[in-house]
Amino acid sequence: MNEKTPLIHISKRENADKRMIWCIRLAAFIVALLLSCLIFMAAGANPAEAYKTLITGALGKKSGIKQVVKTATPLLGAAIALAPCFKMKFWNIGAEGQITVGAMAAAFFAINFGKNWNSGLLLPVMGIAAMLMGAFWAGLPAIFKAKWKTNETLFTLMLNYIAIGIVGWLQGGPWEGKQGSQVIPNFAPAAVLPKVFGVHCGWIIVLLLVAFIFVYMNYTKHGYEISVLGESENTARYAGMNVTKITVRTACLSGAICGLVGFMVSSGANQTLYADVADGVGFTAITVAWLAQLNPFAMILISLLFGVLSKGASSMQTGLAIPSSVSSIIKGLLLFCLLGCEFFINYKLSLRHSEEKNSTTSKTEKAAAAQRADSDNNNAGKEV
Amino acid sequence: MSFNYIGLIKAAVLNGTPLLFGTSGEILTEKSGNLNLGVEGLMFMGGAFGLCGAFVYDNIAGDSAVGFIAVAIAFICAFLAGVLGSLIFSFLTVTLRANQNVTGLALTIFGTGVGQFVGELMRLKVGGNVSVSNSLKSAFSGAVFPKAMQKIPVLGEILFSYNFFVYIGVVIVVLMWWFMNHTRKGLYLRAVGESPSTADAAGINVTRCRYIATCLGGGISALGGMVHTMTIAGCVWNHNALAGEGWVAVALVIFCLWRPLNAIWGSILFGGLLILYLRLPLAFLPTQIYKIVPYIATAVVLVIVSMRRRREDQPPESLGLNYFREER
Repeated sequence: MNEKTPLIHISKRENADKRMIWCIRLAAFIVALLLSCLIFMAAGANPAEAYKTLITGALGKKSGIKQVVKTATPLLGAAIALAPCFKMKFWNIGAEGQITVGAMAAAFFAINFGKNWNSGLLLPVMGIAAMLMGAFWAGLPAIFKAKWKTNETLFTLMLNYIAIGIVGWLQGGPWEGKQGSQVIPNFAPAAVLPKVFGVHCGWIIVLLLVAFIFVYMNYTKHGYEISVLGESENTARYAGMNVTKITVRTACLSGAICGLVGFMVSSGANQTLYADVADGVGFTAITVAWLAQLNPFAMILISLLFGVLSKGASSMQTGLAIPSSVSSIIKGLLLFCLLGCEFFINYKLSLRHSEEKNSTTSKTEKAAAAQRADSDNNNAGKEV
Repeated sequence: MSFNYIGLIKAAVLNGTPLLFGTSGEILTEKSGNLNLGVEGLMFMGGAFGLCGAFVYDNIAGDSAVGFIAVAIAFICAFLAGVLGSLIFSFLTVTLRANQNVTGLALTIFGTGVGQFVGELMRLKVGGNVSVSNSLKSAFSGAVFPKAMQKIPVLGEILFSYNFFVYIGVVIVVLMWWFMNHTRKGLYLRAVGESPSTADAAGINVTRCRYIATCLGGGISALGGMVHTMTIAGCVWNHNALAGEGWVAVALVIFCLWRPLNAIWGSILFGGLLILYLRLPLAFLPTQIYKIVPYIATAVVLVIVSMRRRREDQPPESLGLNYFREER
C-alpha cells in the first residue's frame, strides 16, 4: 500500500481548534498585506507610507469615517441578503440587478409622488415597492430553477444586465429631467432618507437586518429548512419539505433585502437614480458573504474593511499619486489569500517523510504493525 | 432609404472579435467543469498588458519598430497575463478547493484592478495619453489580405477586409472544435467537465486537465481584451473601455450552448447587437433597450434549453463544482 504514497498526504481536519483557525486566517491576511506592499512599490511609493495614508485617510477624519460607513452600508446589506441563498446553495449572483430594480421601484414613487406625499407615507411605500420588485427579480430565476433546473448562476447574471439596461433607458427616456440631460432629477426632500449621525439612516436598517437574518437562519423553522436543503436536496425531499416553495421563498427574501438596499442607496446616498446605482456592490457583496462564511456579524467587519480600503485608496490617489484602482487589487489579493487559507483550515497536510519516521521509531514490529493497522482504519473511516 | 448592410456586417464582425476570443476561451474553461467568472478581469489584464507590451516595444525600438513584432509582443503579453490570472483561479479552485463563483468574482475584482492600475501607471509615466505610433497602429488594425481580394464585390468586403485578429480568432475556434470533438484528449476534457469522478476512475488526470484547460482558456479570453484595446479602442488605454465586455462573453458562452463553432456567428450577432443602435436607430426602440437584447436573448435561450432538456444542449454536468476525490 505504501509503494506509491504521494509526497503530501491530505486528510480532512476534524474539529480544529478555534485559535488555530484564527491564526491561519490572520496569517493569510498578513500575506495579503505583504503582497500589496509589492503593488505599492511597483507604483513607486513607500509601503509604510502608503498604509499610513490609507488608514489615516479612511479613519483619521470624521468625514472619512462617514464615507466608510456610507460605502459599507449597502455592501453589508447585500451580503446579508445573500446569506440565506448561499446557505441553500442557490448561487444568486444577481444582487446587482436586484439592487437596481429595487432602486427603480423606489424612484418610481419618489418621482411621481415626491411632491404630494409626506415622507412618513412616502418612504415606507418606496421601501415596500423596492422589496417587492427585488423579490420579483430574484423569484423569477428561483421559479425556473425549481421547475426546470435552469442554471440560476447564469440566469441571475443575465438579469443584472437587463435591470441595468432598463434603468439606463428610464434615465435617458421617460424619467429624464431636463431634455437631453440623461439625468433623473434629484428626489424631492420628502423622498430622502433622514440622516442619523451624519450618514443616511440606512446603516441602522442594515444593522437591524443583521440581527434579523441571524435569528432567521439560526432559530427559525425556515432557517432550518434552508440549511437542510443546502446540504442535500434529496434529504429535504424525503423529510417532506416542499423544495420548490423553500427555494422560491428564500430567493424572494434575498431579493427583497437587496431591493431594500437599492432603495437605501438611491434615496439615502444618491438622492436620485442612475443605471450604475448598484456600482458593483452586488458582486462585491458575494465575496463579503463568502469570506464571512455567511456569519452576519463577521460580515459587518468585512464590509467595514472593504469600506476602509475604498476610502483609503482614494486618499492615496490624491496624496501619493497611486492609482485608486489599487483598492481593487488589494481586495482581490485579500480574497485570494482568505479563500485559499480555508483549505488549510479544513484539511491537514502531512508529508510522507514524517509518516515514515513515525513507523520506524516504534520499538517492536508488533507495535508498528498495530499502529499501521490503526492508521489504516482511521483513514478508511475518514474516506467514507 | 438605403441601408449600408455591408458596413453593418463589417462593424459587427470587428466588434464581435474580442467577444469571440473571450467566449472561446471561456468555452474551453467551462468544458473542463470550471466556471471562471473572472473573464472580465482577464480581459482587462489582457488589454492592459497587451498595450503595455506594444508600448514598451515601441519606445525601445523607436522608428525601427516592426509591426509584426509589436503584434506578436502584445499577443504574448496578453496571453501570459491571462494564463497567470487563470493560474491563480485554478490553484485556488482545483488545488485549494475554494468556491468557484467567489474565486471568479475575486479574479474579476483583482483583474480589473490590475488592468486599470497598469493603464493608469503608464499614463502617469508618460504624462498623457498612452498610445503607440501610427505605423504600429495600422499593423494592429490594418487588413491582412491584399487589396485585390478586398476589391471582390460584396464578398471581398465581408470576408477579406479585416485585421489579423479576426482570422486568428476563427482559426482558434475551429481548432478548438476539432480538438474537442475529434481527438481523444478532447473527449477526456469533456468527460472531466461532465463527470470528473467517472473520468478519474477511467484514469484521466482530472487536476491536470482542469489546470491546462483553465489556463489556456484564460489566456485566450485575455487576448480578447488585447484585441479590443488595440483595434476598437485604437491602441489607447481608456479606463472603462472594456467594462462589461467579459460579462458579455460569459453570456455568449451560454448562448452558444458551449459549442465553439456557434461562437463565430454568436459573437458576430452580439457584436452587431451591441452597436446596432448606432447604425439602425428605430424610433420605437430606445438605444438602451437595444443594448439589453443580447442578455434577454441569452436568458431566453437558457430557459428554453433547460425546458427542452436535450442532453447535448445542457451545460457541462459538473460546471461550477469542484472535484474532491475523497468525497465522491
